Amino acid sequence: MYRYDEFDQRLVDQRVAQFRDQVARRLSGELTEDEFKPLRLMNGLYLQLHAYMLRVAIPYGTLSSRQLHQLAHIARRYDRGFAHFTTRQNIQYNWPRLEDTPDILAELASVEMHAIQTSGNCIRNTTADQYAGVAADEVEDPRIHAEVIRQWSTLHPEFSFLPRKFKIAVTGAQHDRAAIRVHDIGLVIRRDANANVGFEVVVGGGLGRTPMVGKTIREFLPKQYLLSYLEAILRVYNQLGRRDNKYKARVKILVHETGVEEFTEMVETEWRHIRDGAIDLPAEEVARIRAYFAAPDYQTLSAAPPEYTAKLAADPTFADWVRTNIAAHKVPGYAIVNISLKPIGGIPGDATADQMDAIADLAALYSDREIRVTHEQNLVLPYVRQTDLYLLWQELRRQGLATANLNLISDIIACPGLDYCALANARSIPVAQQISERFADLKRQHDIGELRLKISGCINACGHHHVGNIGILGVDRRGEEYYQITLGGTPDEQAAIGTIVGPAFASDQVVDAVETIVDTYVGQRQDGELFIDTYRRIGNAPFKESLYGNH
Amino acid sequence: MSLQVVTANRLRDGRVIYLDAADGWSTDVAAARLCEDEAAATAALAIAAAAVAARRVVEPYLIAVERADGAVSPTRYRPVRYREVIRAFGPSIAAGTAAKET
Ligand code: SF4
Repeated sequence: MYRYDEFDQRLVDQRVAQFRDQVARRLSGELTEDEFKPLRLMNGLYLQLHAYMLRVAIPYGTLSSRQLHQLAHIARRYDRGFAHFTTRQNIQYNWPRLEDTPDILAELASVEMHAIQTSGNCIRNTTADQYAGVAADEVEDPRIHAEVIRQWSTLHPEFSFLPRKFKIAVTGAQHDRAAIRVHDIGLVIRRDANANVGFEVVVGGGLGRTPMVGKTIREFLPKQYLLSYLEAILRVYNQLGRRDNKYKARVKILVHETGVEEFTEMVETEWRHIRDGAIDLPAEEVARIRAYFAAPDYQTLSAAPPEYTAKLAADPTFADWVRTNIAAHKVPGYAIVNISLKPIGGIPGDATADQMDAIADLAALYSDREIRVTHEQNLVLPYVRQTDLYLLWQELRRQGLATANLNLISDIIACPGLDYCALANARSIPVAQQISERFADLKRQHDIGELRLKISGCINACGHHHVGNIGILGVDRRGEEYYQITLGGTPDEQAAIGTIVGPAFASDQVVDAVETIVDTYVGQRQDGELFIDTYRRIGNAPFKESLYGNH
Repeated sequence: MSLQVVTANRLRDGRVIYLDAADGWSTDVAAARLCEDEAAATAALAIAAAAVAARRVVEPYLIAVERADGAVSPTRYRPVRYREVIRAFGPSIAAGTAAKET
């Protein structure tokens, strides 16, 4: 894992000291709320519906056991004993007190963490594939480049007041688990015809009010030019992005209004000016960063050892969990373990302090002290030996963390919605809970198969509903909570924005509507078809008919 | 006009609070000072503005409340808009409890 050098540590420590002073001045009246608000937001502190909310960055979704223990400690000491993992690989505390936040930031700094760039119109925490470094289909570990981007973008003076917030995601694998095509910039590590490594550069994706799939503006960027090319994109955006209208200020609108070709030309022109300057990192520096992400000392193991396959054969509940929650590891005899934070009827993405401690301990025992956070609000142990899986699973079960539902209908992404969020139109969590309860039968979920269901409490789309196979959006209709359903969205390399199926449903109708959609799929599917395949073959009409046919 | 009360968040910890009849602030909407006309609402907002200046509260505003049917609400008055109902009584979910064993 990356470790802070003296510059990183000094920067974060100084920031804590500054914020301590700012909070003291706010409490003493030297600063008004108008003066203080931008300062607190620069440190991830929002004022939400019930209380302040602190959003902590987890760069590219990688945590050590020590860091996760510290997050648990903070939840216990300064909050209500739990926290929430978000769709941007961040973690949120829902009940911190303003006067405690300097201490919380100091506790974070002591484990090389902070809450910088989790708010405001800057380059936000860079996200990455949660299987980085262990995926079988990976060209190169994206975290090396995400760390390069982190160092470049942290408090970048030119890009601290962009027209709007700016999100970058990186994947090194062919299958996109990081939703890179719905980010302001998505990077895919690829090889060219001569086996050189570089990036496909995708710009202008995003969800929210105007959802768009990003456009590839460069098929192959040699990797040594990463930062100068990003800088060129940011400069064009910083200059031309629509500062006059908040709703048109994201780079997706600029790309859309300018046209991909002209936008690309502007970026390339800017890049030609700066590409051989001082922005790109020298190879030695990249090598230094790369060394932090060296693989653990893998043992030479045989794949699928007999003691493991015997357990699979003997214990069907274990086998179900393995079937859904374990992903193929690039090293024989190892497994990637997904820990679902979506227990039946639970709150998607929430974890108690005790659970966080338990996971941190299990990571120390079984996964080289490392944990990953996914944008789908689950956790991952990346380096588990297959022979350890049975023991690990039993431990997870004891903690209520062994739900075998990864990528199934109850593995729901849900934003905090109106239970916490000041911007919400409707609640998300209770809808997720009811759907999860309705489909609680795991056998039925397995029969339905992979189905991405995503819920947002307002058009800001933190719950990624536009790219849900089934997407649910909370709307306010004459003072009532209503839910609009979209179908056919996908977050991956075939990214697509879902289509609205018809008029919104009242809160007591939405779960039935989801069940009707699922039943329609099950009735129409052909052999081996996933929900999304059937949807692509038959379109919206049959779903519309079964949902609204009688009206 | 409808009944209104003034709500805000407490500066130190961000909690939801309501202006009460004694010019103080309570976390309980049942204790809120009822404003029955425009003049009372304006006066209440002026008191809130003073509390902002005194660094006790942030972002005060008026909300509509209605007489609650005792069966529905734990208090006599409850906010009209459901956003404010959740602010007053929420979150509507049992957070922070350990997940069920599976
Ligand atoms: S989608 Fe809307 S309601 Fe949900 S967290 Fe984002 S801003 Fe809040």
